[in-house]
Amino acid sequence: MEEMVNIFIFGKKYTVPASLTIMKAMEYAGYRLVRGCGCRNGFCGACATIYRIKGEQELKTCLACQTQVQENMYIATLPFFPLVKQIYDIEKVPVSQQVMMQLYPEIYACVGCNACTKACTQKLNVMQYIAYAQRGDFAKCAEESFDCVMCGVCSSRCPAGISHPQVGMLARRINGKYLMPRSQHLEDRVREIHNGDFKEFLDTLMAESDEQMMERYNNREIEK
Amino acid sequence: MYTSEAMLESLKKVEANRAKNAALEPERMTAEQKDEVLRTYHPDYIESQFENLIIGPNKGEKVPHELAALLQGKSRINPDKIDLEHPDYDVDVLIIGGGGAGSSAAIEAHEGGANVMIVTKLRIGDANTMMAEGGIQAADKPNDSPAIHYIDAYGGGHFKGKHELVAKLVTEAPDAIKWLNELGVEFDKMPDGTMITTHGGGTSRKRMHACKDYSGAEIMKTLRDEVLNRQIPVVDFTAAIEIIKDDKGNAAGAVLMNMETEEILVAKAKCVVIATGGAGRLHYQGFPTSNHYGATADGLVLAYRAGAKLLYADSLQYHPTGAAFPEQIFGALVTEKVRSLGAKLVNVDGEVFMHPLETRDICASSIIRECKARGKGIPTGDGEGIWLDTPIIEMKNGEGTIEKRIPAMLRMFMEYGIDIRKEPILVYPTLHYQNGGIDITPDGMSGVENLYVAGEAVGGIHGRNRLMGNSLLDVIVFGRNAGRSVREKIKTVEVGKLTLGHVKKFAEERAAAGIDSDVVSPKLLPDYARRAK
Repeated sequence: MEEMVNIFIFGKKYTVPASLTIMKAMEYAGYRLVRGCGCRNGFCGACATIYRIKGEQELKTCLACQTQVQENMYIATLPFFPLVKQIYDIEKVPVSQQVMMQLYPEIYACVGCNACTKACTQKLNVMQYIAYAQRGDFAKCAEESFDCVMCGVCSSRCPAGISHPQVGMLARRINGKYLMPRSQHLEDRVREIHNGDFKEFLDTLMAESDEQMMERYNNREIEK
Repeated sequence: MYTSEAMLESLKKVEANRAKNAALEPERMTAEQKDEVLRTYHPDYIESQFENLIIGPNKGEKVPHELAALLQGKSRINPDKIDLEHPDYDVDVLIIGGGGAGSSAAIEAHEGGANVMIVTKLRIGDANTMMAEGGIQAADKPNDSPAIHYIDAYGGGHFKGKHELVAKLVTEAPDAIKWLNELGVEFDKMPDGTMITTHGGGTSRKRMHACKDYSGAEIMKTLRDEVLNRQIPVVDFTAAIEIIKDDKGNAAGAVLMNMETEEILVAKAKCVVIATGGAGRLHYQGFPTSNHYGATADGLVLAYRAGAKLLYADSLQYHPTGAAFPEQIFGALVTEKVRSLGAKLVNVDGEVFMHPLETRDICASSIIRECKARGKGIPTGDGEGIWLDTPIIEMKNGEGTIEKRIPAMLRMFMEYGIDIRKEPILVYPTLHYQNGGIDITPDGMSGVENLYVAGEAVGGIHGRNRLMGNSLLDVIVFGRNAGRSVREKIKTVEVGKLTLGHVKKFAEERAAAGIDSDVVSPKLLPDYARRAK
């Protein structure tokens, strides 16, 4: 007999196999999900969930697709959270602390409670990356926020109303576009292609018979 | 955590052989050996799993049973009840699907001044692009060239790719990377700016670019941010359920359905782009899948009913390394990058049984053979698996490599008490990719005028097997391509009177062929809800 546990989905009790994730437990209970379910693999942030184990003080957060059910788990999914995303033009954005002041001034109202970090479903140091953003240190903010799935749980816990995932997103784009070193070999290659440098050889290949191509493919040199 | 006796006993052998296995350079298979393992063990070769279509543009051609049922399924609408005279939306370009291809197409069309709208049945970014872990190919290193990339992609696809599409893929690859980089995508680079590139299965040069093992997520998040910055309307939780044509027979919009309220809406457009992705959630042959929740081949159904031909719809990709244990992540993707970084495939006796970087179809078939024919799999409770010996990565590349290069994998297994830096993981093939799809010309148009396709819904770019890193590439290259094509095409399009006559005609063909199944399509979402008895 399969081991079963009791869980409470939006307060209603269901008995489900103990081996299931929260998402699969909801389906086991009979839910056909439309919201709160995206990639089912921990990358998209659609299934942010808040839960509390009966009798415990701490409110916990997770992704429903990545977390196993437990006995007496009270579950509320958070399929949408009203994050604020500011509109900007990546081509014209100032690469300085000023951009954060203009677009996300509320980050300077951070009270340092660290609720965002405690809530992060990806175990990121959210408050730290906001601190880097305050200082205009985009590279560090980008690095600390890199794994963010933008589920919004951090923002749901923030007394200052900060939309942390959007701050990290802005920092990463600025870092990727302006601050990381440029790739000379990439620019050279794009220019060569626009010059038509490879066209002749490609045309030759496209005109070859499959036998000729097989010969090439099966005997091609493979870089170690 | 591994607790079963069989696993623990096998684990000892894996550990005992690790140093030897790490140093080993396994032989690659000959062309004949590859052919044999494919024919004998690849799921695409199991004839009983396929049937011939009896109506529509690909009549007489074989597809998996699950897809046949949908392609020849019943429409969700009664065409007579749809008011086409008063469209709810009237745009230049209607993009169906909010993944990497749809977003790229939207950005390029918008760049050219088109009035663009995206509809997506989930949210923008709930897509396979978001989940692509390993990387994106482009021949941008001095020892590489688009021609070498062409040989790898065309040969890896068993010489079945469409020449012009493969050529476009490889030629526009470096520009795609540059475009993404300039949008702010953070590629892994050396301090001097050189892209860090590795091998993927079947590559002859190290041309896999990555953003740790969140490559697709980093790309998708950036594209989504750009779509939102451009204020391109994204109508989410809204599925396209039929293509609308005009009286000239050209695509001219789509019938939409709100996923929550089931309200029916009509969108009129000068051009339509199908960017609906793959089909993993159809669970062909009962396989688990690495795909996102909405991967149900909707675009193929829409296009087929509108009269567009499919290409290689019988060709699927089973990713060799889906998670086989623990049960909670069964079928989830273990990125090929784990093997790119040096991890080897090891059987129950601790023996390396193949080169870990053969192409995906060969690799998956070889794992199936090792388990099913040779009895060398490791029992997992539900089934069996093969070890992927991840600790070798740090033996070869130094401590810290796993956390730096494949953090998502480290996190996923750590949730279940498996530290992949110290312990290997169990893998088995998982349904990963739809190699085939809708047939297109190099400008991205399907067999129906003004109906364009981009991304995984396209067939012919990858022949009968796709290489790692060529799909993220394809969604960008062909997404942009479709966006640039439609922004020109709309200048000459005059939409005629809207009609759903083709939907009626398809229903008549169904009846005439004696198809009486109740299967309704497109499927939109899988049904995993357990019904109380």
